Amino acid sequence: MAQQTPVAGEAAPAPDPRLIVTGSSPRGLVAAALRRLRGGELGALPVIVGLIVICAVFQSLNSNFLSPQNLSNLTLQVVSTGLMSCGVIMVLLLGEIDLSVGSVSGVSGAVLAVLAVNHGIPEVAAIALAVLTGTLIGVVHGTVFAKVGVPAFVVTLAGLIGWQGAQLYLLGSDGTINVPYDGAIAYLTQTYFVPAVGWGIAVAAVGLYAGLTLLGERRRTAAGLPAKSAAEVIARTVLLAVPVFGGVAVLNLWNGVPLAFLIFLGFVVVFDLVLRKTRYGRMVFAVGGSAEAARRAGINVDLIRISVFALASTLAAVGGVLAVSRGFAVSQSSGSGDVLMLAIAAAVIGGTSLFGGRGSAYSALLGGLVLGAITSGLYLLQMDSSVRYMITAAVLLIAVILDAVSRRSRRAHARG
Amino acid sequence: MSEPVLELSGISKRFGAVQALSDVSLRVHPGEVVALLGDNGAGKSTLVKVIAGVNPADTGTLLWEGRPVTVARPADAQQLGIATIYQDLALCDNLDIVANLFLGGERSTAGVLDEVGMERRARELLDSLSVSIPSLRVPVASLSGGQRQIIAIARSLLGEPKVVMLDEPTAALGVAQTAQVLDLIERLRDQGLGVILISHNMADVRAVADRAMVLRLGRNAGDFRVEDTSYEEIVAAITGAADNPVARRAGRVAVPGSEEA
Ligand SMILES: Nc1ncnc2c1ncn2[C@@H]1O[C@H](COP(=O)(O)OP(=O)(O)OP(=O)(O)O)[C@@H](O)[C@H]1O
Ligand SMILES: [Mg+2]
Repeated sequence: MAQQTPVAGEAAPAPDPRLIVTGSSPRGLVAAALRRLRGGELGALPVIVGLIVICAVFQSLNSNFLSPQNLSNLTLQVVSTGLMSCGVIMVLLLGEIDLSVGSVSGVSGAVLAVLAVNHGIPEVAAIALAVLTGTLIGVVHGTVFAKVGVPAFVVTLAGLIGWQGAQLYLLGSDGTINVPYDGAIAYLTQTYFVPAVGWGIAVAAVGLYAGLTLLGERRRTAAGLPAKSAAEVIARTVLLAVPVFGGVAVLNLWNGVPLAFLIFLGFVVVFDLVLRKTRYGRMVFAVGGSAEAARRAGINVDLIRISVFALASTLAAVGGVLAVSRGFAVSQSSGSGDVLMLAIAAAVIGGTSLFGGRGSAYSALLGGLVLGAITSGLYLLQMDSSVRYMITAAVLLIAVILDAVSRRSRRAHARG
Repeated sequence: MSEPVLELSGISKRFGAVQALSDVSLRVHPGEVVALLGDNGAGKSTLVKVIAGVNPADTGTLLWEGRPVTVARPADAQQLGIATIYQDLALCDNLDIVANLFLGGERSTAGVLDEVGMERRARELLDSLSVSIPSLRVPVASLSGGQRQIIAIARSLLGEPKVVMLDEPTAALGVAQTAQVLDLIERLRDQGLGVILISHNMADVRAVADRAMVLRLGRNAGDFRVEDTSYEEIVAAITGAADNPVARRAGRVAVPGSEEA
């Protein structure tokens, strides 16, 4: 409307002189990155640096740490909690917390085993029903939170206890149910791709990224909007290609790329795209930023909240299924112990803010790898859980402090 | 005169022990600027939120182009074509300017956000309002109060509304931006929109408003044609007495009392 009635005779304003324009030279890119860091926009940098330091330390203490076998194991080990973290991230973006993901993964695993083993339902159908169980649980949590107004902390705390009880009830007196070694359930974590497939996936992923980014930037340029230079796109592509091709090369030296890890990566990528590129993702960020503003903008806040809790529990259930697959069994202790703690810690360590409205799905991958590397390294050094708990706690504390400090620094730089 | 685009009658709204609105009526015609006046706490913002569906009324009827309608949620008001600029700004600090402008009305193709289209439209819109903002991709938390206000105003214009409600839109603005907002209100009126303007600045009200509707303690306290009404009459309606602080001060200091209410 204002378009049809522009202020008479005024040309479009020149670029604002206060805007610091960065060149596309390598020095310009580095300078821009440094400025963002000082402004509290740490992004994924601390966690990547941390991951490299952790790997260097363990490798110097035990030369088996970076061996293909150990790294292959590591990728499988992070899958289950990583998927739970993915769901936790959605909830953290809303500015809420879900304490029930561990118990939900456990009860879903129990549903899976009881249906597949005790009732002889086809394994694929049992997997679907176990995941659906998670979804329904999440809808219940979300509804009590959004419609009744009980704080999410309390709702999911009740879930933490209640669903663990349901798990114990389902497992009955045996306490443990083993699943077959040759069915669909076991297949999930026992499948590795031959090298050619691994390379094909890597090439496709990096190629897609580069192609879509270039296309997007060209569209921005065509529309007269500021766009990333070709140099920056190439730099980003290289930064992506190094870990992707390196990872495939290492995994191919052992059994190949594991299916389970690809499933995890697939979830992370899909959630990242949903969060950044769709209306739904935009609404999740909006509710996390200011629920009242979102409501006044016509967003159905209750529906967003319920759906996010449903997604979180669904992902917890998927994580539970993969945990059963990896252990060939579900027991009374599945999903209990440090599982919940690790799932939340991975999200925060990966860079998702506890204060809501800031974060990304990649936190699940990066934070999960950090915690997995610590576990794996200490295992190689034959340290027991006591040390692992203390180190994990220290890493989590560092991550939370970074979160709080960068939030303050964003304030100082007026970035709420 | 033409049929009112929006007509309220018998609106009451209660917050706990506070009867914020009692039996209030209001009408706006297409191409008319109605100033909603009243002292602090008179219920102006509450009335705006009733119309916008943020805090629906307890009782009362709402006629839209002559038809009775219910506005129970903000989305209902938006669908009718009511755009609102709230006094307590309704922006998401963690989202950038483009995201805030299109919040709740994002453009997308096949489910994917059309960021390029939205950013270009946002740029055009802000240019047409002569707003200079360094980058559209910074979180709105980093903007000044006035810039945020302009973003909120710009947002209300994206949806092609028929009625625009502005709750103290110029309170945080500089001289040039205030003049722009007043120009904008006149342009909206010339395009045949109904405008409801809340302002404590009588100079602004006299400059653009056709009618002044006064609320006092949550009740209607007068409806004036601005052209035919003196400043003193309106102030008397707002304060509820001919002997009021403004008149007393005018008598004492002998300032030409025509600036602030
Ligand atoms: N959400 C709420 N809960 C309780 N009371 C409220 C609420 N909103 C408004 N009120 C009360 O309703 C009355 C009218 O408030 P309102 O915000 O509409 O005033 P106003 O006319 O906009 O004043 P101002 O000029 O200061 O903006 C006040 O007494 C206020 O305390
Ligand atoms: Mg008000």
